[in-house]
Amino acid sequence: MSDVLTVRGLSVKVRDTMLVSDVDLTVGAGERVGLIGESGSGKSLTALSVLGLLPEDVHAGGSVRLDGVDHELIGADERRMSRIRGRDIAMVFQEPMTALNPTMRIGDQVAEAMLIHKTRPKSAADAAAADLLELVQLPSETRRAYPHQLSGGQRQRVVLALALANDPSLLICDEPTTALDVTVQALVLDLIVRGVMDRSSALLFITHDLAVVATVCERVLVMYGGRVVESGPVGEVFTRPRHRYTEGLLAASDLDTNSRRLTTIPGNVPPAGKFPSGCVFRTRCAHATALCEETPEWSGTEARGFACHHPAGVADV
Amino acid sequence: MILRLIERAAVFLVSLAVSSVLVFAFMAVLPGDPARVALGVNASDQAVAELRRQFGLDRPLPTQYFDWLGGLLHGDLGTSYVSKVAIGPQVFDRLQVTLWLVVAGMVIALVVAVPAGTVMAARHRKVSGFALSAVSQVGVAVPAFLAGILLIVVFAVKLGWLPANGWTPPAQDPGMFLKQLILPALSLGLVQGAVLTRYVRSAVLDVLREDYLRTARAKGLRPFQALWRHGLRNAAVPVVTVLGLQLATLLIGAVVVERVFVIPGLGSLLLDGVSNRDLLLVQDVVMVLVLAVLLVNFIVDLLYVALDPRLRTAS
Repeated sequence: MSDVLTVRGLSVKVRDTMLVSDVDLTVGAGERVGLIGESGSGKSLTALSVLGLLPEDVHAGGSVRLDGVDHELIGADERRMSRIRGRDIAMVFQEPMTALNPTMRIGDQVAEAMLIHKTRPKSAADAAAADLLELVQLPSETRRAYPHQLSGGQRQRVVLALALANDPSLLICDEPTTALDVTVQALVLDLIVRGVMDRSSALLFITHDLAVVATVCERVLVMYGGRVVESGPVGEVFTRPRHRYTEGLLAASDLDTNSRRLTTIPGNVPPAGKFPSGCVFRTRCAHATALCEETPEWSGTEARGFACHHPAGVADV
Repeated sequence: MILRLIERAAVFLVSLAVSSVLVFAFMAVLPGDPARVALGVNASDQAVAELRRQFGLDRPLPTQYFDWLGGLLHGDLGTSYVSKVAIGPQVFDRLQVTLWLVVAGMVIALVVAVPAGTVMAARHRKVSGFALSAVSQVGVAVPAFLAGILLIVVFAVKLGWLPANGWTPPAQDPGMFLKQLILPALSLGLVQGAVLTRYVRSAVLDVLREDYLRTARAKGLRPFQALWRHGLRNAAVPVVTVLGLQLATLLIGAVVVERVFVIPGLGSLLLDGVSNRDLLLVQDVVMVLVLAVLLVNFIVDLLYVALDPRLRTAS
């Protein structure tokens, strides 16, 4: 199975502050990969660097390669990146309320995705837009509507429709259901999964919600402090976590109601650039020792591994 | 949407009615009797009373008001108490001149402001953006009449490229018309353009920060294409507001600029009317200016509705 996306040694920094370091990430064709971690862990920046849409003053280094594209994506000029965006890689953002142009009809915004890349002739784009809206279970009259006439969940389905318009080889979703009511979350997740499966598109799904990752993804990467601290198949990582951060994250989302108090990870995510040297998690970790002042090596393979000096799941010596 | 239009039209008509009362009342309470002015200080009281009767000034004020208003609605602006000439045709002639000036000034302002403001916003962290900001800051500080005098000194007196003053109707000599239009239109337009530039800049800056612009980029549009297709219409809403206010300022500015460039526009007519104590003329010209300003505001309201679908439901 060839890999659709290959990220090697990705770093993101703003001026002298490192926000993301040494991220390796591969997504296979049609594979659904989750990227989890608390806010500020660098998930979104990782996604935006793949798309080349980082804010001004924020710069990425390292390597991002996409199957079928013969050039490096990091540092590629706008002309080349704009050909890839929306055609090979599409993205669904977190906030559906502001993601659509308020002065343009829904149908036109969906059709535009195809017209930009000329994947449909002008005559067919409108009909294709109607089909896409139907695919995300919106009535075809939605074409004539403006964004303010739709709810958040409906708007997010429109964004999904236009992201899927050109059958991208990779769909990136950045917390697509976080801003939505619980009742519509399941529908949107279902539409995302079905959308990528029908097209054999790969999915890179960013969230802080472990339950969502468990239902949507096959493989997961756990990020903390701008680094990948653990990766592996969802079932394995969630049942036998190795990194102490993953362990804490799972404990915190454990819905076992027998305990009276909610379990939390002590402390807060430090602000950007204020993470400790060595293991980024050591200031909040109950198992940290002097050894943790050195950056832990990656143990295992890229497909299943972790970076921790005192991993969980081994008998304490 | 229809409701919204009716609502705006109602606001326009009510404002028009209220302002006509105000203009009339203001002129009525001003000291100075038009008949006395017309006949001079030495005229006998009897002659003055006779003239007042002729002018209809002896009737109750409401009657006079409705008489005036009725005339206006039929396009009859009355006859000057001073020159005994019909006011309507004069105002109509002069209005055309002023409209040319205002429209040309507005076009110049837009041609300057839209590209300059957009570039300033897109490059707000770069030297070029900063330099443009500084230039527009200077422009904002210069009043139109000073700009006019400077333009005359440089382009008419020193360089001799363009006439310093005068007016030729376009039908008579289009070439001369344009030559004489350039300097006054520039002195109106450049200053307004400098002001407008700053509003365009902030409107575009706001739009650049919007999520839907990022969505547009994620679709595969390049930054400038995204701004053009998705930003322009959204940025236009606040700019149109300012544009409406500026048109009113331009009308006032035209009064002064017409003086500087010796142009027979509405402004000159108004100033002449004031110095000749031609009260009805002043009253009519002021009413025409008020109508113009209200009309512009009404059009701005309609433009909002056209630009922003969120406003198509009545408030």
